Amino acid sequence: MIAELGHLLAFLALATAAAQSVLGLTTGGEAPRRLAVATGMFLLLSMLTLVISFVRLDFSVALVAKNSHSLKPMIYRIAGAWGNHEGSMLLWCLIMSGYGAAAALFMRNDRLRDRALGVQGLLTLGSLAYLLFASSPFTRLTDPPLDGGGMNPLLQDPAVALHPPFLYMGYVGMSFVFSIAAAGLINGQIDREWAKRVRPWALTAWSSLTIGIALGAIWAYYELGWGGWWFWDPVENASFMPWLVGAALIHSLIVTEKRGGMASWTVFLAILAFCLSLLGTFLVRSGVMTSVHAFATDPTRGLVLLAGLGVAGSAALALFAWRAPKLPVGPEFDPVSREGALVLNNLFLSVGAALVLLGTVTPMVVQWLGEIKVIPPESASLSIGEPYFQLTLAPMIAVLLLFLPLAQAAPWRKADISPLVKWLTPAIAVALIAGLVALALGGWGIWLGFGVLVGAWVVVGVGFDLWRRVGEGGFGRVFRLPLTVWGMAIAHIGVGVFVIGATVETATRTERTFPLASGQSAELAGWTFEFQGVHSVEGPNYYATQADIKVTHDGVSEMIHPEKRFYPVADTSTTEVAIQKTLGGDVYVALGDTIREEPGVWRLRIAHHPLIDWVFGGAALIAVGGFMSLAARLRRRSPVPATSTEAPTPDGVDEKTPAGAVA
Amino acid sequence: MRKRSQRLWLIGAAALLTTGAVALAVVALQDTVAFFQSPSDIVEKGVGNLTQSVRVGGLVEKGSETHGPDGALLFKITDGKHAVPVVYHDIPPDLFEEGKGVVAEGKFDETGRLVAKRVLAKHDENYMPKETYDALKRAAESGGDTSYSKEPTS
Repeated sequence: MIAELGHLLAFLALATAAAQSVLGLTTGGEAPRRLAVATGMFLLLSMLTLVISFVRLDFSVALVAKNSHSLKPMIYRIAGAWGNHEGSMLLWCLIMSGYGAAAALFMRNDRLRDRALGVQGLLTLGSLAYLLFASSPFTRLTDPPLDGGGMNPLLQDPAVALHPPFLYMGYVGMSFVFSIAAAGLINGQIDREWAKRVRPWALTAWSSLTIGIALGAIWAYYELGWGGWWFWDPVENASFMPWLVGAALIHSLIVTEKRGGMASWTVFLAILAFCLSLLGTFLVRSGVMTSVHAFATDPTRGLVLLAGLGVAGSAALALFAWRAPKLPVGPEFDPVSREGALVLNNLFLSVGAALVLLGTVTPMVVQWLGEIKVIPPESASLSIGEPYFQLTLAPMIAVLLLFLPLAQAAPWRKADISPLVKWLTPAIAVALIAGLVALALGGWGIWLGFGVLVGAWVVVGVGFDLWRRVGEGGFGRVFRLPLTVWGMAIAHIGVGVFVIGATVETATRTERTFPLASGQSAELAGWTFEFQGVHSVEGPNYYATQADIKVTHDGVSEMIHPEKRFYPVADTSTTEVAIQKTLGGDVYVALGDTIREEPGVWRLRIAHHPLIDWVFGGAALIAVGGFMSLAARLRRRSPVPATSTEAPTPDGVDEKTPAGAVA
Repeated sequence: MRKRSQRLWLIGAAALLTTGAVALAVVALQDTVAFFQSPSDIVEKGVGNLTQSVRVGGLVEKGSETHGPDGALLFKITDGKHAVPVVYHDIPPDLFEEGKGVVAEGKFDETGRLVAKRVLAKHDENYMPKETYDALKRAAESGGDTSYSKEPTS
């Protein structure tokens, strides 16, 4: 019965979402608010019924039968509810309506909220229709199997159990940003007040997206057994494009909120971020490309998604084209100013997103041209890999980051460069020294030196800017800096840490494959690895071959045990690497295959990944910084409605901004 | 006047950046695009002509998997008509298996072997890279061994 209940609840949500969109876009008031909360509640309960079906292993539900198994550990039974196409679409709808419900509860009651709830209702309605009519998770089997078909073993992992919820908080969070943008355009009100109310939603979505992407990278690093954390795979690019545009958006929102400038550009980015999220979903789900994420390789589903993207995108852009010419232009500013710096930031981030889009979509477009015989099919299959993205994006990001500390310190309207340079000279010196040290230690690679220089410049420059903001008061004032300043500084330091980690890891990682028989040793990066043979281990739903390897470094020895697991239900094997954490990086050992001609010889991939934790730590700092900015906004909420006529603060430091309602 | 100079400055910066980005993209694309080739394409065109990175797709030929003295993995990719030797200095993906679909990316050395930088196998038991399927189909249509291409999903 419980699956039918879930199905019914989803249909109820369909009805309330429809009513929510109609009333939100027409009369407004209390009704759409209540309906938005109801939609969210119905879908929450509906998701719960699906989770219960998974936990209780109800194999009469087709989705459970296909994706679960009695031997699967409990946490993956729960995560299995969204580890497949249908379940993840339900999660998508739930989060979409959840944003609507949150807005209904927390946003001030006015026309902007009503319209936003209306548009959000439309988006939810479309997603729900797709869920219920094209990919229902509640379908029953007349003849239930005794046990389920299991789940792709690669996905049985804690990081990847949490990856979809965070990623969707990000992707789908952009839907509410889109809704407020559309609402603002309908009302003809894209001003400082509008920007102030969009920003918390944009920050929530973008910070969650950051976490979701980082979790995916961590998973790829230790689960795929290749030791890489980013492959420029179309799936990864699909999430990276909205991230870049989202980053541009949260920066341009600052200009719109504080100065009233860049209004039409900001609203355009708000629309674009969600369109790219939809495009990403289309790329992943339509089967136009191959990846572990492509659970639904069904072209019709892809077409429906593409149609949804087309409708939502073109409607929003038409609205934009109609309203944008009448939007206020904002006060003028000098090129050398905080506005100027943020414009530059936006140019770089959006051109970066365009470059990623070009590299991701070109192979698919060419392939399609081959299929419709515009170009010969034999020559219509090409791939664009890592070198393209590194060659194009690295210079863009590097130049952008060289400006970052200056931008953070520059005042609004017109900046005088010379005092800034004086403040930042020591930071320049530190960055140069860091770059030289990296060059000396890492074998004089030009990219390595430059990358570390840029990263160190960002970290130290941001530190100096914090110090400047503390001003006369001395060290005691450090902790009285406003939360927004801390949020910004921590996110920017995270960027610097990430850049240092990513360059050092990419430029100086060492990896080799050694064929080893029991008793033989290999050496890499100052570590000795003694292979002591393999033995069998039995897990809850797999059999594993586990290797015993003694690692020695500086006279200290430890045993590590990389595994190869075989999952009989899914008839696949996975690699479980052994990772030895050290201060300077990870030592990473993967057990390969045996060599047929020489029984007893196993191939081991041994790698050293220097500063890998800086990569993930940097990403975590970026997300923490984003959430801190969000917290600062929520804390400043007050019952008094804000007016949009408050005087801009002279130097843009947020602590002087008058309190006002935020959301 | 000020408004106009502000706008000019903006447009100038955007134009400069876009030009730079396009130039970068063109240079990067010339160096890094890898075209997909089937084993028949390669054998019929001759490998000497290929100095660029290529992706070769097909099936791992049955009985072709061996190891070199340094532990390198050696195998052949076949489309049922022609086969291309491949050397790979790394551990193959978990789902690499003789008779199953594979895509290898790399450059040819002077002996005509593909030195693979990356080897991709199918992701699960039900899936074959589309490129591989198309290559097998084309080879079968032009008179190759058809036994490989009968089941596109195995």
